[in-house]
Amino acid sequence: MNGFDYWFPFIVPLTSMVAGIVIFFLKEEQHQMRTFINLAVAGIKVILVHIMVLGVYQNRFYEFRMTMFGDVDFVLHADSLSLLFVSLSAVLWLVTTVYAIGYLEGSPNRSRFFGFFSFCVSATTGIALAGNLITFIIWYELLTLSTYPLVIHRGTVDSLKAGRLYLAYTLPGGSLILIGFVWLVSLAGPVEFAERGSLAHVAAQHGPELTAIFALLVAGLGVKAAMVPLHGWLPSAMVAPAPVSALLHAVAVVKAGAFGLVRVVYDLFGIELCARLSVMPFLAAASTLTIIYGSVRALFQDDLKRRLAFSTVSQVSYIALGISILGPIATTGGIVHLVHQGLMKITLFFCAGNFAEKLHIHRISEMDGIGRRMPWTTVAFSLAALGMIGVPPMAGFISKWYIGSGAVEAQQQWVILVLITSSVLNAGYFLPIIYRAWFAPVEGRDDHPIDWRLGEIHPFLLWPPLITCLLALLAGLFAGAPASPLFWAEVITTREYGL
Amino acid sequence: MTPYLVIALLVIPIAASFSALLTNHIVRLASRRLAALTIFCCASLVAYEITLSGEVVDIVLSGWQVPLGIRLHVDGLSALLLVMTGFIAACITFFAEAYFGKQAQRGRLAFFWPLWFLAWTALNGLFVSGDAFNLYVTLEIINLAAVAMVALPRTEEAVKAALGYLVIAFLGSLSYLFGVAILYTSLGTLDIQLLAHRAVADGPFILAAVLMLIGLMIKTALFPLHFWLPPAHASAPTPVSALLSGLVVTASAYMIVRFGFTVFAPLLTTPVTMLLGLLGALAVVWGSLHAFMQERVKMVIAYSTIAQLGYVFVVFPIVTINPDSVSLVWYGVLYFMVSHACAKAAAFLAAGTLKKALGHDSIAHIGGAAIHWPMVLMAFGLAGVNLIGLPPSGGFIGKWLMLQGAIKAGQWLIVATLIVGSLLAAAYIFRVLRVALRTPEGPPPQAQNIAPLAALALILAMAPLLLGVFSQFPFALLAVGSPFGGAP
Repeated sequence: MNGFDYWFPFIVPLTSMVAGIVIFFLKEEQHQMRTFINLAVAGIKVILVHIMVLGVYQNRFYEFRMTMFGDVDFVLHADSLSLLFVSLSAVLWLVTTVYAIGYLEGSPNRSRFFGFFSFCVSATTGIALAGNLITFIIWYELLTLSTYPLVIHRGTVDSLKAGRLYLAYTLPGGSLILIGFVWLVSLAGPVEFAERGSLAHVAAQHGPELTAIFALLVAGLGVKAAMVPLHGWLPSAMVAPAPVSALLHAVAVVKAGAFGLVRVVYDLFGIELCARLSVMPFLAAASTLTIIYGSVRALFQDDLKRRLAFSTVSQVSYIALGISILGPIATTGGIVHLVHQGLMKITLFFCAGNFAEKLHIHRISEMDGIGRRMPWTTVAFSLAALGMIGVPPMAGFISKWYIGSGAVEAQQQWVILVLITSSVLNAGYFLPIIYRAWFAPVEGRDDHPIDWRLGEIHPFLLWPPLITCLLALLAGLFAGAPASPLFWAEVITTREYGL
Repeated sequence: MTPYLVIALLVIPIAASFSALLTNHIVRLASRRLAALTIFCCASLVAYEITLSGEVVDIVLSGWQVPLGIRLHVDGLSALLLVMTGFIAACITFFAEAYFGKQAQRGRLAFFWPLWFLAWTALNGLFVSGDAFNLYVTLEIINLAAVAMVALPRTEEAVKAALGYLVIAFLGSLSYLFGVAILYTSLGTLDIQLLAHRAVADGPFILAAVLMLIGLMIKTALFPLHFWLPPAHASAPTPVSALLSGLVVTASAYMIVRFGFTVFAPLLTTPVTMLLGLLGALAVVWGSLHAFMQERVKMVIAYSTIAQLGYVFVVFPIVTINPDSVSLVWYGVLYFMVSHACAKAAAFLAAGTLKKALGHDSIAHIGGAAIHWPMVLMAFGLAGVNLIGLPPSGGFIGKWLMLQGAIKAGQWLIVATLIVGSLLAAAYIFRVLRVALRTPEGPPPQAQNIAPLAALALILAMAPLLLGVFSQFPFALLAVGSPFGGAP
């Protein structure tokens, strides 16, 4: 193992951390310098992550370890699951950075914004790479702290209120996780995340305690994953600028919660222990409730961003549902949805941001004929929305297909019913938007031919949704190809189940 | 070389104190800057050498052996506290220079500097002294110097606060001194290590312990003996507030931990520790709630001190209920105390800078401060992260260890207190930040140049962060001469 391999998992979060600190000290008007640092670091990160992905595929294991105190270490390691999340965040980060630069042009306090923005990506990669409990919670809380200034970025009364709500949910959630982790450490010693779980040595004599710990962890992580009834912060956090919403929903915060659930189930407790404790039906019930509830609430929102927010509440729980079925195929579906939902949801939020930025349209009732005025943005929006419903060949179809067939394989046919209900509801709140955008009659505009010249909005705002939408399409079309998210999710499943 | 460095830690500040009285202001300026930096370097060197050698340093002054002579006892804990004091006090020294400006060259405020270095000498002395009477002397010097510094502005408010503080400090010292006297008559020594060997739980010893503990509890402002702290800490000039809340209360809390875990160990039965724990929990909740209700930033921080010191007592029951967790609690409390001292001093410096810039520190009227002076609010926020106990701060590590101790002992009430305390701390810290982050209504008021003040607050606020990130070094240091073995 050469020296560079050792430092690798440490360097990846460190790059954006350092960038954040540098950006803090830039003057407000050093616009080009800031843009350069942002894009350079985001680009470097994508490359570094790419190298690690190749390494891990060849069964290399990257690990960074530093003693904190006593026998407690600070551990960052790259396994197949961490890399799925790291590559998602690295790629989407680059895109979101471009979008944010375009979106915030000329607005105040950009140094503060991009500083915390970088901290936020640092924390997300840290969560992905965390190799043990204390490391995970360090990054997890750092994520809370670094997203708070982003949520309240506008400094208005509404955004400050949303920020307070955000902390009122996430800090107690973090405390529950802290209790769970410390409890686990005092039962089982310094446990680390390892494929197939790492609690086998205490499973026999501590059953009830482990069940309680599992409940604590799910409740704590459920806050960020916005599981009902812990989702209250998410819709109100919509007051944040569009790139932040995109980020909160697709990559950073809700995904950190969902990723944490995957980690806890597979790499901490392990499938066998989860099955033995029979805790999974509860997780399945909670995620089913969330899926249905979120979709129903989304139906009744007229504000576009709020509708998307409730859609996130619903969609993220597919991940939890997929892992709670405890079969390899459903697992693949749940894990791959981590990526697919990210790609589609970030597209939707970019598009919503574009509508608001260019046409000042925030409500669905105002969206009549919007497809004629901003065709490319609306194309991206429509494709992503179809993907969310689960229409082939978009990525969302693949996730739903795998979760469904995994459920059948595991003899849990009721899941199919959940999927169908949810898809109908998804169609119920997305199709009207698509209809309005393209087909609703608008007086005096019908006779104009659509202008397809890509000049509808600043390129920094137009290309990000187009790219992410294309990625979502490709992830669906070429799901069987090597290097697709599905392929990687299957690699993870193989390793988790020891197949 | 370590003994000489330890002596230097006592000689340099006292020399600086005299220099501040006697010489002209250019020599003063140079000598205090030099002194501040040298003391910090000496303290760091002591810590470095102790970590390397792994051995406790005992210095017997003027050749008289214990129990007759005076012994200086420098273990890892003392060394860590010396470095902490050196760093915080050096930051405050430079801060005070910029804060008082030309005012402190002559007139009343000129007395700040001799008093300041006197207090610093006594703090260093307290952390290295190995016998109960020397601890009393140094504690008394610290208090007298502090009272004088609180009274320095000579406004009615300041004099009132100083008087209240003086009375309470004397009561505390008196109680402690009586305890020490009884201890000496019954056990024939004042050396802490000999005391720990000779201690038997008989009548005089119990009486002595109770008197000493009550004295120290008054000084540590444990609920319900806390009422004197907020006015004294909040109304003092900012550098003095930072000294009081950061270092002075830490000194008495240190004595409680030192005595509680060693000399008084035979006396700690479950009812006793339960009582202490209960008082601590009340302090946490009561202090935090009051911090949340304050209208001035400095008052918030002062009440927060009461709450945070409560944690030192909250975990005492674990010691008797589950002796296996003692080492977790010992390391947790100490790490918590050290991080808290840095964070609290930094929070006061940030609040003072804000006060300087705005002319007031009323929370209702600091809207937009985070936009005008981001560095100040960053410092406050970083300090706040530690007070809440969030990673990556030293306070988080302290809390992690204390939680682990509590869970191992099955003390879920203590777990609940620790968590509730954190959440309440988040409530009062973010209450301030939230207003400050509001979009400002106009341009910033024309203030003096506060950049140096803000920078110093920020540097000090980095300390708890460094304690969180590079925790292995302080833990290695703490393990030297620890009564409970290496870090858990």
